Amino acid sequence: MQGLAVSNLSLLLALFLVVVAMGISVREKLDLHRDIIYAILRAIIQLTVVGYVLKAVFHVANIFLTLTLTLIIILNASWNAYQRNGRQKRGFIYSFIAIFSSTTVTIMILVLSGSIRPVAQQLVPISGMIASNSMVAIGLAYRAMRTQFKQQAQQVNEMLALGATGFQASRAIIRESIKTGMQPTIDSAKTVGLVSLPGMMSGLIFAGVDPVYAIKYQIMVTFMLMSATSIGSVIAIYLSYRNYFNDRLQLILPEE
Amino acid sequence: MAEAIITINDLDYTVEDHTVLQDFNMQVIKGDYLTIAGPSGSGKSTLLKLMAGFLSPDRGTIVYQGQDITTYPITAYRQQVSYCIQQPLLFGTTVMDNFTFPYQINNQAVDHDRIQHLLAAVDLPQEYTQKKITELSGGERQRVALVRNLLLEPQVLLLDEVTAGLDERSKQIVLDLLAVEHQRGKTLVKVTHDTDEIHMAHHLVHLEKGGVS
Repeated sequence: MQGLAVSNLSLLLALFLVVVAMGISVREKLDLHRDIIYAILRAIIQLTVVGYVLKAVFHVANIFLTLTLTLIIILNASWNAYQRNGRQKRGFIYSFIAIFSSTTVTIMILVLSGSIRPVAQQLVPISGMIASNSMVAIGLAYRAMRTQFKQQAQQVNEMLALGATGFQASRAIIRESIKTGMQPTIDSAKTVGLVSLPGMMSGLIFAGVDPVYAIKYQIMVTFMLMSATSIGSVIAIYLSYRNYFNDRLQLILPEE
Repeated sequence: MAEAIITINDLDYTVEDHTVLQDFNMQVIKGDYLTIAGPSGSGKSTLLKLMAGFLSPDRGTIVYQGQDITTYPITAYRQQVSYCIQQPLLFGTTVMDNFTFPYQINNQAVDHDRIQHLLAAVDLPQEYTQKKITELSGGERQRVALVRNLLLEPQVLLLDEVTAGLDERSKQIVLDLLAVEHQRGKTLVKVTHDTDEIHMAHHLVHLEKGGVS
């Protein structure tokens, strides 16, 4: 691990970066300093705990323990996506189905193609990347759907008045919401390497891996995020658009 | 005895502690041209939305051709009892997008003859099918919307102030089309504020707060 020299002391010194953010908050009267302290404390505690948990899981190298950890990651991501959807009816289970499916399908393809091996050191971090990207995509898609149902309520009602089903009346909204969920992944794929050196690639280069070898992993990550965000958005939106209608096909808009 | 196509029995409807309709009863006779008038807030539009299945009553029933509408498949009901929304919004890009939609949702082939016939009836040229909806005037939009509602030959038309805000020519074209459809046997239930239309009504129901007078 040549060049990796993050000692506790250097971390403590790097804390100055947080002080900069705090200073800006105080000087500009942003009233964010409490939030910054809370966020930093949470990040330190969460990451420390996760570090020790991962160390133990990797040490035990038990497939069931690995899968349990993956499931916990998916459950957490589902809960977060559900919160972003204004806690809609069956929102947690819909988000879980979407994130579980997108993570499972993507991981299976990666394992079957030989891109990754089914070991804890690879499965857990890759699952985390997939689930979190899927979660963000689903959150964006949910928000787009809510906004569009509000903005296009009359159009939806006009279609219902002509005898359309909920799906027929929502088709344009469904399409647009899925697109919104997938767009950031497509956009970032276009600029990857040009604007940003993403986490996976940077991590490998940091650890001393040949950059040409590191990009292969980054290309794999780009492929898997495309799959994860598209599967996640499609399933989440197709399941949850029904929440906007009751059993008499009357449009129900969520309260703020 | 004349046959009722829609019967409303003991209907209550309340919005946030405000009673809009209470113990409301009404019969719409098949083939009738019923005009509903009344002051703002008397529940005219709410009544149409209840009849169209866009609102559910707190109590009471709405019966269509002998069947409680809550037991009727809602999409089939809405194709039979077509609700024309006040100040309609057209969708898609062109006028034709609005005409193909009713056929698409029923997996039916587009009936171009019927579209042409109805366009002529509302005094719009055939080329209008390709016109962008953003280029239409208010009166043209209302006429296109009415054609859209009539394409699949509904039994009943629920018309919510469809002539409000229209210029005299558009208003007359819309009223003429409604008269023709009435003669062809359709049942029309029209909500209006227009004094001319109220005076010309075949059969008038005057709604006061929460009930009929």
